[in-house]
Amino acid sequence: MNNPVLNVKAVEKDFGGIRALDDVDLVVHNKEIVALIGPNGAGKTTFFNCITGIYTPTGGDVLIDPTAEGNPRRINGKKPNVVTELGMARTFQNIRLFPSMTALENVMIGTHCRTKSAVWGAISRNKATRREEQAVIDRSYELLKLVGLEKYVNDLATNMPYGKQRRLEIARALATDPFLLLLDEPAAGMNPQETLDLERLIVDIRDQFSISIMLIEHDMKMVMSMSDRIYVLDYGRMIADGTPREIAENPAVIKAYLGESDD
Amino acid sequence: MVQFFLTAGCDSVGHAVRKSLLAAAWFVFLTFPLMVIKVNTIENTVVWRWENMGYVAVSIFLGSFVWRWLLARKELKEDNANEETSAEKLLTKVQSHPVLKYSALAVVALLAGLYPQVFDLYQTNIMISCLVYIVLGLGLNIVVGLAGLLDLGYVAFYAVGAYAYALCNMHWDIGFWYMLPVGGVLGTILGVMLGFPVLRLRGDYLAIVTLGFGEIIRLILENWGDVTMGPSGISNIDRPALFGVKLGITDSTIYMYYIMIGLLVFTIFCVNRLQNSRIGRAWLALREDEIACQAMGIDKVKTKLLAFALGASWAGMAGVVFAAKTTFINPASFTFWESAIILSIVVIGGMGSIRGVIAGAIILILVPEYLRDFAEFRMLLFGAIMVLVMVFRPQGLISAKRKIYKYNDTNTAGAANE
Amino acid sequence: MEYFLELFFGGLTRGSIYALIALGYTMVYGIIELINFAHGEIYMIGAFTGLIVAGVLTALGFPEASTLVIALMCAVIWAAAYGYTVEKVAYKPLRGAQRLSPLISAIGMSIFLQNYVMLSQTSDFLPFPELIPQFGFMERFGSTMSSSEMVIVVSTILVCIGLTLFIKFTKLGKAMRATAQNRKMAMLVGINVDMVISATFVIGSSLAAVGGVLIASHIGQINYFIGFIAGIKAFTAAVLGGIGSIPGAMLGALVLGLTEAFATGYVSSDYEDVFAFCLLVLILIFRPAGIMGKEKTQKV
Ligand SMILES: Nc1ncnc2c1ncn2[C@@H]1O[C@H](COP(=O)(O)OP(=O)(O)OP(=O)(O)O)[C@@H](O)[C@H]1O
Ligand SMILES: [Mg+2]
Repeated sequence: MNNPVLNVKAVEKDFGGIRALDDVDLVVHNKEIVALIGPNGAGKTTFFNCITGIYTPTGGDVLIDPTAEGNPRRINGKKPNVVTELGMARTFQNIRLFPSMTALENVMIGTHCRTKSAVWGAISRNKATRREEQAVIDRSYELLKLVGLEKYVNDLATNMPYGKQRRLEIARALATDPFLLLLDEPAAGMNPQETLDLERLIVDIRDQFSISIMLIEHDMKMVMSMSDRIYVLDYGRMIADGTPREIAENPAVIKAYLGESDD
Repeated sequence: MVQFFLTAGCDSVGHAVRKSLLAAAWFVFLTFPLMVIKVNTIENTVVWRWENMGYVAVSIFLGSFVWRWLLARKELKEDNANEETSAEKLLTKVQSHPVLKYSALAVVALLAGLYPQVFDLYQTNIMISCLVYIVLGLGLNIVVGLAGLLDLGYVAFYAVGAYAYALCNMHWDIGFWYMLPVGGVLGTILGVMLGFPVLRLRGDYLAIVTLGFGEIIRLILENWGDVTMGPSGISNIDRPALFGVKLGITDSTIYMYYIMIGLLVFTIFCVNRLQNSRIGRAWLALREDEIACQAMGIDKVKTKLLAFALGASWAGMAGVVFAAKTTFINPASFTFWESAIILSIVVIGGMGSIRGVIAGAIILILVPEYLRDFAEFRMLLFGAIMVLVMVFRPQGLISAKRKIYKYNDTNTAGAANE
Repeated sequence: MEYFLELFFGGLTRGSIYALIALGYTMVYGIIELINFAHGEIYMIGAFTGLIVAGVLTALGFPEASTLVIALMCAVIWAAAYGYTVEKVAYKPLRGAQRLSPLISAIGMSIFLQNYVMLSQTSDFLPFPELIPQFGFMERFGSTMSSSEMVIVVSTILVCIGLTLFIKFTKLGKAMRATAQNRKMAMLVGINVDMVISATFVIGSSLAAVGGVLIASHIGQINYFIGFIAGIKAFTAAVLGGIGSIPGAMLGALVLGLTEAFATGYVSSDYEDVFAFCLLVLILIFRPAGIMGKEKTQKV
């Protein structure tokens, strides 16, 4: 049972001459919270894009093993929707909600790949469709409640406060039933209290849903206190990995962050 | 209020007047060759129409005040963008109140049912074309309004439906009722064939490809004379028969009217259910943000293709009805202008809004029918209004409303991998 | 062989005109990522302005050569003015709006301009005076290449060279390239992006007007509808070459012009416009980035 759920081997990504990711290895185990840190422009978001199918890696392998039973499958080159169906869901650094849909509908979209009703079901609105629809609505509402957004159920996403939009993105990603949740700077733009609440929420999600979580974050306090392991990316290369304590004492990491005024 | 109108976007009234004078002068210059001069290059004569210069100057001078005012208002409204107009408020009120809603529906149904009894054949015929446009508009609304795919060759599917019925009727004497579903299926097949290669690409390529496709279909209809009878078209197409009985002109027109009402009700029913379903939500999401949508597990190509093909199937059915109604079709009925009219119905009425599309079709089709003098300016105005709507009121006449879902609050958060 | 050469030069002429229009499409697309559907109409308005000015001058008894030059200049000025105005009215207020809005606005503008010209002028075909003089030295080419074809091809080559130099070496040209690459960055380093966008529309419209007058004079008639098909084809040329790329548009136009000429010459002339369309669909399927275009990954 100690096989990694996500195993990234020597992934590379070139953007016409610029190497944004170079020989990056990373593993995530079951029920782990793993943080990916690094200075601005290090390639963290690019890494997420490469493993979720938004970009195709130029080289290397991305392997997943949702049940951690030791039979991984290769997913690089697969389309983003297929990757999500296989169980990796993400949020975006620059929030990408569906602005003119309500909060509830945003979460309902997340359940799309786990439901089936099609054109005929929609038009005839038969029993199976109605049941599925109600289940989707109820589940989505539960998730909204979980992230503390029950007040905003029928508000348009675009009218919600910034911090709440980030939470809505998490609920939407959870609705896809992932085994691994990928969060891209979930605390960006939040005040210390909100950050603390978010930290609690993330740990809570991990415990309640028994899933793994990987997050990109600049807030060192949050990263240090909640992650099981940390990876450090700099100029597209993985310069260190280890427990929070190891990372805090790693000279290479300190060097990479020197001059960075982040905290 | 008057003050705001006059000085919108300017420091003072004087500034505003100067700006408007400048705009007027610019447009006088701009329109000078085309509006004022008319040459005959064979006889080498020139006609000068100086009066047009005056019209342009005055209308631009006044119009520029309105333009600035609208722009300023739009900026003010940016904060509370979802404000409803009074007409929309009324509609919402009627809809949210069951008694009002059903009585309003009953009145509409009664009016629609009695229409051919009250009005003469000519009026009924006009109403039938209006109904055809509503159905076409609702069909295109699936593609443009819900899924956000700009289809500029919608008329091609309409043409295919019409020609399918005309040809099958001519050669094999196949009746209307058999061909109605066949027309829909043909539209779907063609939609899939065209959509499949193109929908994988950037959204705006679809616009140009469908534009080209519409032209190609028309060219084929014109040039493939052996099959399509070329530019002269096909005449003597059968009107629909009632239980195998062929009707006279009056009766069959009235019959046609009720068929159209039936088709319209069917269309509204389907579109309404589709847009509030799992599929409909996926379309909307895709329209809003393709990347986020794919990252949420929605298959982009499949979902788009579904919208495109469904829209095409309604065009195919409407085509069959059109052929049966006019009993004569030729390629001239299926030009780009037809696509443009249907698109303006959807855009001006309100993309994604069933009520909007119906209102749009009624206004854009019926008004020009009754104001014949203004018929030649019709497309000019449609084009201008499309630009104005996009700039000032992108949601159209009646904006689409999000459905409010009813949820059960069960207090058992979590319970994921059940 | 003679027939082949005739088709070849015919194709070259077509390709030249497509190039002049396609450049406008590709430049605008490069900078604001919009298919400017009204661009074909600007080309048509250029041709009409040329016709009107030429008609007035001929009625006043001007000689042929100076008529051509003045008509061409007026066409360029007015087309540029229309291009500028269209951008200000129909596209500028829509920056930052939903993806579909400017596209629909463009279609509306295109419909408006077509009908505007039809109503203010005529819906019939208008004969266009033969402005391009017949050179004596072209006679030995017989039917393979006419004087006007030569003039069109040569002027297009000159215009393309001029544009390339302009984009490469002038300040405005550099600002255009910078804006095309990254609009936000360009704004940050102090480029007046609004001005650059206007300039792009003005230049694109001017080129289209040159094409409009030259081809109208070559073919000998125009009507309000010519911009529609020419627009689709020029866009095809731009996509073929790789939309956003200026040399790509020139190359794509050439390929399209020659393909059409040979296809209509050797296969069938009834389906002239079908070939361009089929070519468009084929490129989109097999090489969506075009011949010279680079596959661009959207930043997420
Ligand atoms: N689609 C793209 N095309 C070209 N270059 C890209 C693209 N996406 C990312 N890059 C480049 O790759 C590098 C890494 O960017 P990335 O967004 O992954 O950084 P990051 O670590 O997420 O930074 P931040 O902390 O600011 O979010 C940057 O230099 C960026 O400009
Ligand atoms: Mg990032």
